Amino acid sequence: MNKVLCDVAIIGGGPAGLAAAVAAKEEGAKKVLILERDNALGGILQQCIHPGFGLTRFGEELTGPEYYGRFVEKAKKSGVEYMLNSMVLQVNHEASEVICASSEYGLTAVKAGSIVLAMGCRERTRAGIMVPGTRPAGLYTAGSAQRLINRQNIMVGKKVVILGSGDIGMIMARRMTLEGAKVVMVVELMDYLAGLTRNRVQCLDDFGIPLKLAHTITRIEGNERVTGVWVAPVDEKKQPLSDKAEFVECDTVLFSVGLLPENELTRKAGIKINPVTNGPEVNQYMQTSAPSVFACGNVVHVNDLVDNVSEESATAGKYAAQYAMGKLQGEQKTVNCVTGRNVRYLCPHKVDANQKNGKVTLYFRVLHPEEGVRLVAKCGGDIIASHKEFRVNPGEMNHITIETDKITSDSVTVEVEKAGE
Amino acid sequence: MKKEIICTVCPRGCHIQVEGEGDNVISVEGNACKRGFTYASAEFSHPVRILTTTVKIKGASHDLLPVRSQSPLPKEKLFECMDIIRGAEATLPVKCGDVIIPDIASTGINIVATKNID
Repeated sequence: MNKVLCDVAIIGGGPAGLAAAVAAKEEGAKKVLILERDNALGGILQQCIHPGFGLTRFGEELTGPEYYGRFVEKAKKSGVEYMLNSMVLQVNHEASEVICASSEYGLTAVKAGSIVLAMGCRERTRAGIMVPGTRPAGLYTAGSAQRLINRQNIMVGKKVVILGSGDIGMIMARRMTLEGAKVVMVVELMDYLAGLTRNRVQCLDDFGIPLKLAHTITRIEGNERVTGVWVAPVDEKKQPLSDKAEFVECDTVLFSVGLLPENELTRKAGIKINPVTNGPEVNQYMQTSAPSVFACGNVVHVNDLVDNVSEESATAGKYAAQYAMGKLQGEQKTVNCVTGRNVRYLCPHKVDANQKNGKVTLYFRVLHPEEGVRLVAKCGGDIIASHKEFRVNPGEMNHITIETDKITSDSVTVEVEKAGE
Repeated sequence: MKKEIICTVCPRGCHIQVEGEGDNVISVEGNACKRGFTYASAEFSHPVRILTTTVKIKGASHDLLPVRSQSPLPKEKLFECMDIIRGAEATLPVKCGDVIIPDIASTGINIVATKNID
């Protein structure tokens, strides 16, 4: 087996891995190595040719390739090394080692001072939501159709029904339309839009594509190729009213029904996973339950904006570099972050209260939409941070920043209060 | 003529009522801020969109070059622009920002590359 030594090994060369690598270099790590299974850096952004990226980070609206291009340039300039076509098979955190299979170098053991998990997420498939029916050609996740069309020059169909009103689903509705396909409808189980309103306006309304809220696909028909789907309204309990189902003719179905953090390596390594986010539990340094392993981006929790991923990943890269250089090894005082009223999850999940003058931004998602609220962080009965918010909804991440010096007990609770209560 | 416009400037998504004739806006209601006023007025008279798509590369059968309109194009010209772009071919090497099609559909707007390919 080949052996490679480095200071920081980063698994994944998408936006998270790239930002972590650049930050690790800036912090002073000498050899930073990205392991990427695809044939190029950039991750999912390579196929996200649409605009809407970078508004927070760069103050301008970039396309996916433009956004990651800036990071690739920075990474190359600062001397970040990378291995492409290299699939990581195992993370041994006790030995601080990563095993990967590379088409160029064969089986390779990478020994590192610290490891950053930046594997991102993957799409939930038809099997994941168990849609009944046949198994013909013409069924794709929205992201795989996006890759085929935008990177491989393969058009996937002519008459399309899209299940799920998430951003990828809506963006693919526009993309398929521009490429000459007919998008018959977008079907959404919930009674509200899953993605951003701007995408509804620019991807559906602009092209007159109907959006069926509170509907779902109850059955897929077709033998060799999809011939159509049955679409039915659902009741308050999300159960389809099959007697009201309508047959919709189509040759292609795209599924945009959620993203799942890709944590096979994390689980196999015995690193603690949070049951709500399905990603590793981390503290404000983005450090997992294995002290030499850090994690960032969609592998930790699914973000709505790549700008957030870059920021969080820079934190992971910075502290991974410190760890590899023998810093960040002092004793930690771990405090749990607890979800209060209308908070589904918090990230980071834990805070080291021993950090001096630390400012920690806790990201979170709410359980249900609400207006006129106050976001509050409490510790031992005291309010240690709070601010007002006009509106919160599950599709958009919220955050609150706390100071570690104000932490007086062994937990911090974040909750959404109705203003005036 | 009256039109309801959903503002896309921020996540609040105000439903704004605009009344006017042609380019002439008479009233704007339902916006929470100034930016919403500007957006709704422009969207009423001249809606524009950034167009992104891909272009074939000469000699390469699979690789595609992602491209964008340098600035937003008139919404009603999107399909006309797509037809022009479909016939175009890029020659390597390409740098991000290189003009692939100048002044597309006489709009004064260039279609530019969004990626470096050597």
